[in-house]
Amino acid sequence: MIRPARHAGPEAWRPELMRELAEALKHVDGPLLPILHSINDRFGYVDERAIPIVAEVLNISRADVHGVVSFYHDFRKAPPKRRVIKICRAEACQSMGGDELYDEVSKACGAGSDVTVEAVYCLGNCALSPVALVDGKIHGRLDTEQALALVRS
Amino acid sequence: MTMRIYVPGDAAAVSVGADDVARAIEAVIAAGKRDATIVRTGSRGMFWLEPLVEFDSADGRVGFGPVKVSDVKALFAAAATHPRRLGLVENIPFLKSQQRVTFARCGIIDPLLLADYEQHGGLKGLRRALATAPGDIVQQVIDSGLRGRGGAGFPTGIKWRTVAGVQNDRKYIVCNADEGDSGTFADRMLMEGDPFLLIEGMAIAGLAVGATKGFIYIRSEYPHAFRQMGRALDVARAGKLLGPDVLGSGRTFDLEIRLGAGAYICGEETSLLESLEGKRGQVRPKPPLPALQGLFGQPTVINNVLSFAAVPTILAEGAAFYRDLGMGRSRGTMPIQLAGNVKHGGLIERAFGITLRDIVEGYGGGSFTGRPVRAVQVGGPLGAYWPTELFDTPFDYEAFAAKGGMIGHGGIVVFDDTVDLAKQARFALEFCAIESCGKCTPCRIGSTRGVETMDKIMRGERVVENIDLVRDLCEVLRDGSLCALGGLTPLPVLSALEHFPDDFTRDAAKAA
Ligand SMILES: Cc1cc2nc3c(=O)[nH]c(=O)nc-3n(C[C@H](O)[C@H](O)[C@H](O)COP(=O)(O)O)c2cc1C
Ligand code: SF4
Ligand code: FES
Repeated sequence: MIRPARHAGPEAWRPELMRELAEALKHVDGPLLPILHSINDRFGYVDERAIPIVAEVLNISRADVHGVVSFYHDFRKAPPKRRVIKICRAEACQSMGGDELYDEVSKACGAGSDVTVEAVYCLGNCALSPVALVDGKIHGRLDTEQALALVRS
Repeated sequence: MTMRIYVPGDAAAVSVGADDVARAIEAVIAAGKRDATIVRTGSRGMFWLEPLVEFDSADGRVGFGPVKVSDVKALFAAAATHPRRLGLVENIPFLKSQQRVTFARCGIIDPLLLADYEQHGGLKGLRRALATAPGDIVQQVIDSGLRGRGGAGFPTGIKWRTVAGVQNDRKYIVCNADEGDSGTFADRMLMEGDPFLLIEGMAIAGLAVGATKGFIYIRSEYPHAFRQMGRALDVARAGKLLGPDVLGSGRTFDLEIRLGAGAYICGEETSLLESLEGKRGQVRPKPPLPALQGLFGQPTVINNVLSFAAVPTILAEGAAFYRDLGMGRSRGTMPIQLAGNVKHGGLIERAFGITLRDIVEGYGGGSFTGRPVRAVQVGGPLGAYWPTELFDTPFDYEAFAAKGGMIGHGGIVVFDDTVDLAKQARFALEFCAIESCGKCTPCRIGSTRGVETMDKIMRGERVVENIDLVRDLCEVLRDGSLCALGGLTPLPVLSALEHFPDDFTRDAAKAA
């Protein structure tokens, strides 16, 4: 799931907590995605070291868990930076300059910045384009200046 | 009496400051010790007016919008002459001329109050269904002419009949709330603004086919809707709309929600079922149909949010009420979503048959930028790009298909005359490459070849030959794909080529 405001940064990796998260959800129907979301949520990403633990808790193969982690765009391979902006790059936002917004914000938040810029394809706010989620909070009718102010606030 | 002030809690309204406005109103109420309370509603779907604040009055609800935090004090001091005053909300032409059936309550009621829902006509359909034989429920849905609103337009009642006809201990009701198409937001608005309607529709489906359990699969790009739907399920359980004794009938029906993980393909129904089971979202070959072997191998009804949400009205008002709206084989109303570069974007629910021109020029008022409208894409990323010459086409499944388009989930994205259709065609191929589930070679590899070829065209390299190559690739995609992601990507590409050929050849001169 997309995290709420997270200025403090994600939690540090802890195997015990990882197991706890997996155990807590192992009895729901189709538990793997809910577990991976819960890990991604808590740590900001799904660490390689989570895979054998989840596989063991669910009694499935590591390859299966790995296959699922790598299939979905949401599960990050590495921790995000302090702030996360997900900018919509789909058609309705394109029609209102969404590509330029994405390019300019990416350029301004390059190496050394504490902002992770990610592309998403539609946030369901296509009549108020361009749109972005900043630390999980939605913003419409954005321009580059506003977007940069938000991630630097 | 306590005055009620309505501020949308809808994600679109929040994206332009509705939460801040609600807080400012709260502060004024507290400071003046006024006898007023704020109700966070869904949105009316007039997004250019958001945040749209409404006050109760003797004549009805008076609207103000778009409201900024700095406007709030004057809302109380000088409401009658406030520059943002819009008059009675129901008289705003954009809303007044609509036929709100599915969205009759959205933006009006408190989305999380069952009593409010019932007072505005909710639960009537489910009560009827509880007193109706399952076969008759299915027959009413068939008779209504309702077709699936997720894109493919398959008759909903026929699907239900198949599931109802299978003998099995376990069956499932699954709601497809993946709403991945750019330009669409009706599912999201409904889940945030009238979530009990979806729950009621799914419960009726459960009674009709003999299922006691359902899942709602919501995309992760909708964190707001996911939270709201979760709260609504809790309220529904506490109010006995869900659980072991639905509305005191002794019948069981319960729901769980699940979150997607950022994969467009998981909107495709079999991929969605794989994902619900905790697997990679790869498309399953059909047969078997999900109706026979769906979730966890059991018979499953899978429908779009809007399909389920149309059902309570059909049960409450009768199949004829719904069927009498619309044209041809497109019966009932369609929640059309107008988006992109448009002055008045939002939700337009109308009976099928309204023309594209009435939507884009009438409701939409032209482009946001004020420049001429040059193209629209209807039906999401797999829909056709059309020029204004096709604007007299009525909104109807068959009329759109006859002209090489599709209405899909009802999204319309407007572009002004600065759009480059070669770039849009390139994007369609790129999107296919990014979102491919990887099962079919043309979709996985061919799409990337397509992007490279479009790059050459856009650089002016061997344009004629490369356009032919793109056409060939599209043919391979159309014929060699298991699902519509690969199979329909040619639609935006070839329609752009057909209607806007100059955008593809413009750069030929450069390289020559
Ligand atoms: C690539 C692809 C994406 C789709 N995305 C969605 C979606 O986001 N929501 C949806 O309801 N249907 C989507 N569909 C259609 C579903 O496969 C299916 O037809 C639908 O869920 C059936 O419900 P309905 O009959 O109520 O429309 C998609 C299909 C394809 C091929
Ligand atoms: S067409 Fe593409 S998305 Fe569809 S099944 Fe084939 S590879 Fe998967
Ligand atoms: S296309 Fe950007 S929010 Fe829908």
